[in-house]
Amino acid sequence: MSRRKDIKKVVIIGSGPIIIGQAAEFDYAGTQACRALREEGVETVLINSNPATIMTDRQIADRVYIEPLTTDTVRKVILKEKPDSILPTLGGQNALNLAVELEESGFLKEHHVEMIGTKAETIRMAEDRELFKEAMARIGQPIAKSIIAESLDECVKAAKTIGYPVVVRPAYTLGGSGGGIAADEQALRSIAAVGLHRSRVHQVLIERSIAGWKEIEYEVMRDRNGNCITVCNMENIDPVGIHTGDSIVVAPCQTLADRELQMLRSSALAIIRELKVEGGCNVQFALNPDSFEYDVIEVNPRVSRSSALASKATGYPIAKVASKIALGYTLDEIPNAITKKTYACFEPTLDYCVVKIPRWPFDKFIHARRVLGTQMKATGEVMGIAPTFEAALMKAVRCLEQHTYSLMDDTLKGLSDEELEEKLHVADDRRLWVVAEALRRGVTKEHIHDITKIDPWFLQKYRNIVRLEKEIAAGPLDEPLLRRAKESEFLDKTISKLSGKSVKEIRALEKKWAIRPVYKMVDTCAAEFEAETPYYYSSYGAQNESRAGTGRKKVLVIGSGPIRIGQGIEFDFCSVHSVWALKKLGCETIIVNNNPETVSTDFDVADKLYFEPLTEEDVLHIVEQEKPDGAVVQFGGQTAIRLARDLENMGVPLLGSSSDSIDAAEDRKRFDAILNRLAIPRAAGRTVFTCEEAIGAAHELGYPVLVRPSYVLGGQGMQIAYSDEDIAEQIGIINRVTQEHPILVDKYIMGTEVEVDAVCDGTDTMIPGIMQHIERAGIHSGDSISVYPAIGVAKEMQNKIVDYTRRLARAMHVKGLLNVQYIVKDGEVYVIEANPRSSRTVPYISKVTGIPIVPLAVGTFFGKTLPEMGYHYGLQRERSLVAVKMPVFSFEKLYGQDVSLGPEMKSTGEVLGVAKTYDEALIKAFYGAGIHKIDKGNVIITVKDSDKPEVLPIAQGLYDLGWTVYATAGTSEFLNANGIPTIRLHKIGEAKPDILDRILSGKIHLVINTPSKSVAHHRDGYRIRRNAVEAGIPCLTSLDTANAFLTCARHVENTRLSVVDITKVSAFLNRV
Amino acid sequence: MTFEGTGFGEEHDVVCEVVFNSAMCGYTELLTDPSYAGQGVVMTYPLIGNYGVCYDDTESVRPWLSAFIVHRLSDVASNFRSDVYLDTFLKDNHIPGMEGIDTRALTRTLRESGTMRGMICYGDSPDREAMKRKILAYRQEPPVPQVSCREPAVYGDGPVRVSLVDYGCKNSIIRSLVSRGCAVKRFPHDAALEDLLSFSPDGVMLTNGPGDPKDCKKEIAELRRVYAHGIPTFAICLGHQLMALAQGCNTYKLKYGHRGINHPVKELQKNRVYITSQNHGYVVDEKTINPSVADISFISMNDGSIEGLSYKNGKIFSVQFHPEASPGPHDTGFLFDRFLSLMGGDRL
Repeated sequence: MSRRKDIKKVVIIGSGPIIIGQAAEFDYAGTQACRALREEGVETVLINSNPATIMTDRQIADRVYIEPLTTDTVRKVILKEKPDSILPTLGGQNALNLAVELEESGFLKEHHVEMIGTKAETIRMAEDRELFKEAMARIGQPIAKSIIAESLDECVKAAKTIGYPVVVRPAYTLGGSGGGIAADEQALRSIAAVGLHRSRVHQVLIERSIAGWKEIEYEVMRDRNGNCITVCNMENIDPVGIHTGDSIVVAPCQTLADRELQMLRSSALAIIRELKVEGGCNVQFALNPDSFEYDVIEVNPRVSRSSALASKATGYPIAKVASKIALGYTLDEIPNAITKKTYACFEPTLDYCVVKIPRWPFDKFIHARRVLGTQMKATGEVMGIAPTFEAALMKAVRCLEQHTYSLMDDTLKGLSDEELEEKLHVADDRRLWVVAEALRRGVTKEHIHDITKIDPWFLQKYRNIVRLEKEIAAGPLDEPLLRRAKESEFLDKTISKLSGKSVKEIRALEKKWAIRPVYKMVDTCAAEFEAETPYYYSSYGAQNESRAGTGRKKVLVIGSGPIRIGQGIEFDFCSVHSVWALKKLGCETIIVNNNPETVSTDFDVADKLYFEPLTEEDVLHIVEQEKPDGAVVQFGGQTAIRLARDLENMGVPLLGSSSDSIDAAEDRKRFDAILNRLAIPRAAGRTVFTCEEAIGAAHELGYPVLVRPSYVLGGQGMQIAYSDEDIAEQIGIINRVTQEHPILVDKYIMGTEVEVDAVCDGTDTMIPGIMQHIERAGIHSGDSISVYPAIGVAKEMQNKIVDYTRRLARAMHVKGLLNVQYIVKDGEVYVIEANPRSSRTVPYISKVTGIPIVPLAVGTFFGKTLPEMGYHYGLQRERSLVAVKMPVFSFEKLYGQDVSLGPEMKSTGEVLGVAKTYDEALIKAFYGAGIHKIDKGNVIITVKDSDKPEVLPIAQGLYDLGWTVYATAGTSEFLNANGIPTIRLHKIGEAKPDILDRILSGKIHLVINTPSKSVAHHRDGYRIRRNAVEAGIPCLTSLDTANAFLTCARHVENTRLSVVDITKVSAFLNRV
Repeated sequence: MTFEGTGFGEEHDVVCEVVFNSAMCGYTELLTDPSYAGQGVVMTYPLIGNYGVCYDDTESVRPWLSAFIVHRLSDVASNFRSDVYLDTFLKDNHIPGMEGIDTRALTRTLRESGTMRGMICYGDSPDREAMKRKILAYRQEPPVPQVSCREPAVYGDGPVRVSLVDYGCKNSIIRSLVSRGCAVKRFPHDAALEDLLSFSPDGVMLTNGPGDPKDCKKEIAELRRVYAHGIPTFAICLGHQLMALAQGCNTYKLKYGHRGINHPVKELQKNRVYITSQNHGYVVDEKTINPSVADISFISMNDGSIEGLSYKNGKIFSVQFHPEASPGPHDTGFLFDRFLSLMGGDRL
């Protein structure tokens, strides 16, 4: 075997916007795959609607289509590009589905496009429940038994066949409501009765309960010659029942003997052989902790979140190897990229322990239900690497950048023992800390195990950490104790808190006793072979392996940590591009990051990768090891920005804007002073510390006001307050997390929001383009539809924006990137905020303008002027295309969270629509965001009174286009009175069927609902919105968005959607 | 080079040959594998003892290695089959252990400098000069006679009869045969051909075992007779080396051996790769194979060294790796089936 020569041009489908359950891991996989294919001289054609990805870069793929991920798009691209193959296994479930659809329709065959890597038949076998069941039966692999039942008697009969306990899963209910686990017939009858009632089709699935079993995963690879290997096995600390994406996961498995492991390994290989997977595959098992009994839970014949984790945990590049296999190579022909001496046909062995912890969004979604179950809720994840479990766990905990850097959570201290015990029964994002607190209070391991089913091995390790806390608190802090604390990865800060000694004193002791970390290599082979890849983690061992420098100028790039709302993949895009730009300028690059899903933590991006937490102490150790000549913080989001001052204190010069510039932007007083001096207007505002002061300020400024903490990203904790009560509630929320920084209260101006990203070389500024938001000010910029160019903003206003930006940059001494947000209202431009760092719009604006913003910013760090780099100062000429960036939300996965938009960011990802005209771009963006029913349908409109006049033309427009308008009493009367026929719906509880029944009927295609009050959660509107998103109906909560939708509805029929190769667009760049 | 750590198991000083094993699990099997006799084994995976010791998983009656060196000995044994803590198991069997050292640093040393002799010494301030003298003076007695059984024993009652020569046999080899319908009679290492034939066997199984194959002069001489007899024979590890030596090949010592459960080998005839369990310090020298006597059937994907031979008489084949796994992957279990068909056992 070996490389197939007939594969010359391959279409790769990406995974689309970042949503919960589908994050940066597919950008990592896709980017690696594109590079692997290019290496082989294959021309790559990439389709992905997500503009924030690295895979959609010209440097990565030959042809790039940032288009909605629909069969229509893929068809058009195939017709245009005439590829010979399509590789569908790198873009998650979406991509698999699209490819299979095209295959089944005969389109691929008709156009001589071959599905390479895993075949359609394999995908069907893994995805189709029945086919999968049959396949497993053929090879004697067990799966959890399940039977569909439609009556109580059938349920009881089914349970008898299967054996108690059973899980009752009602078909088609919202949020899995109405299900449960029944231990006996009596329980079954009561649970199933509710379940059958709740189910729209009066149907429940009775399934054998394997809750409490261990969840074990295997990552396997197979080539077309039939060679199979397993890359990694992983053990979920949380038992079956909690989604693996929401589980704390450890690699390799810790509590299984060789016999169990080989049993599962053999099973995984038997499955991948039977399914004839060619590439990577993930197999999930449930294992009875008290026997050799197991069930195959799920098989994913593609790269996944787990494969990304396995790649980073072992150093084995699964996506790369899978791509080579798709080209026809066999595992024994592919070199091991880490050792460069051995081959991909081996099984990595670890000499460290890896712990992954999910990053949940409940710090932002405080109203969402935190309980974890089979629906994933985490937006991202972090990974800690260390020689022991305790150390890896402690590292991972502080990678989360949440309120604590250890297993100590002060908010649990106040709970009574009973309350704590109650909490132990709840599996939510705080479980780790709850368990630790219980251990701290002397609750036995056995008791905790009985409740949580967490293996005693892990509980023992948690207890070791808790015991160490106590020992440190008891003192004296002698050498062995301090050494043990550091070996268990206690931060100096934590030791200080426990011991009462200052961090300075502790550091002096560490110096005296020579307690300092060394760096070990992740080499896939536990040091058996010499490795060439500089992928490091810290450890308090004896021998340092970090390679000496090259003598080139050394630059430290600080990454952005886990993906969370407000700090997404965009910052990884910027970090990676800065590394590439620095390399081009001859620097030796060192990246620090801890997110296993990203491209930046791929081992061949920077010259050196430190997979480490991003706290001051961790970075300090790396600085002491590497002694970099400079550090870059402006690309890594708030995570990196927070380290700016620390790095300067360590004596590392910041490349680009200084910490003082950052401070000038974030310190209210200083920023106001700059604006005053420049005579640039902004909304009046005050800086306050207490609730009383905030209310006072609001009265002074006049309601409505914006209330938010300073030093945050993504509008975290920001709300519009209309009353004293709103302020009180808002301040309460902000103060849940201890605030070192003041609270800002601003007058709320309702105007058009505009945003610019700019590059400043220290002399003057270049602005690639102006972006205009469709939603008026008050909705977070990350949640707004953003349009480039700003077609709705008058030239005069644009000039003002450019002028303000240039002057601001100079006054703030910006070097590199600057993001400024403005409000345009009544012929005036107001500054909202200015931040001397990268923003979430940098990737998209770079792509649509073809201006390499990040490399230009890096150039300025080294004294290059913009004209020297080929760009004139000021605003660049507008491109003759329109790009519409649309936010994408994951609300259906976050039960309890209100979906209405406001100043606090809620979206998890974004898509881009690119076209010659605004209408077409907008339609593409709606399609990309998953809103497909546009031309006509049934719409429910319920808006607050003050919005009624404004909703009128929207309702009229939709009605004229043939939409049937439903509305509740108030809105209905109003619309009818204005000549728009509507069908009146009962309010909730008024009479059956009410509005909720209608929403759940499956016949509604759109809901337009504006919230009547900013912080209201107990109202009907909230329930309407929740029910809509859970039923999969688009719910628009801003009339501006609804207007945009109307525009699309008007034009969708007459618009023929094109497909735009973004690499071609960039070709007519306007250089000076 | 000195590493300071903490003792466990039975604390007594010991000199041994220090080797590393890269398996992440399966320490029970490894501890009780007689092939480790005389060796101090360093585990590259840092967390050992997690699931205690399950007696069911032992590969012989007791551990044979001289010392066990790990980064971190688990303070909890968690598995439904767990019988005893690793520490207790080693104490019961008088094996010294050492933990708390940078095992990766030690592994790198062994990789760079090759397998070497070492000494574990208990106490706060050991006499380094004395240690050095003891290490230099150390010479391992030929270990096979120590680990081999004293008396023959029969296992299973299947229709296919196998005479097994125990050079330090792992139970899994016997289990692999018995589970396939064999009756196995196990003979001591120095059994003569006549002894083996007295069981009226359909085939002969040569097992794994410890030490330098060239120390086994008598055994090699006896294997020449087995070869000449032409009875179907399957040889594993040391057995494979001894048969090769009996047929005029040479063996040499690898720099740091192959010890782990992730070793890829390629079956040349089928161009297929399998992941295997391995534990050997010596290897058959490719240059000394007479093509008229044997074909190379398997090679290591890592260093190209010989992993299997197929003899031209059509009756004998041998592998360097461990198809009986335990610990490790069962990918090559089919070799036992192959042995069965060679014996005509698949027709019974």
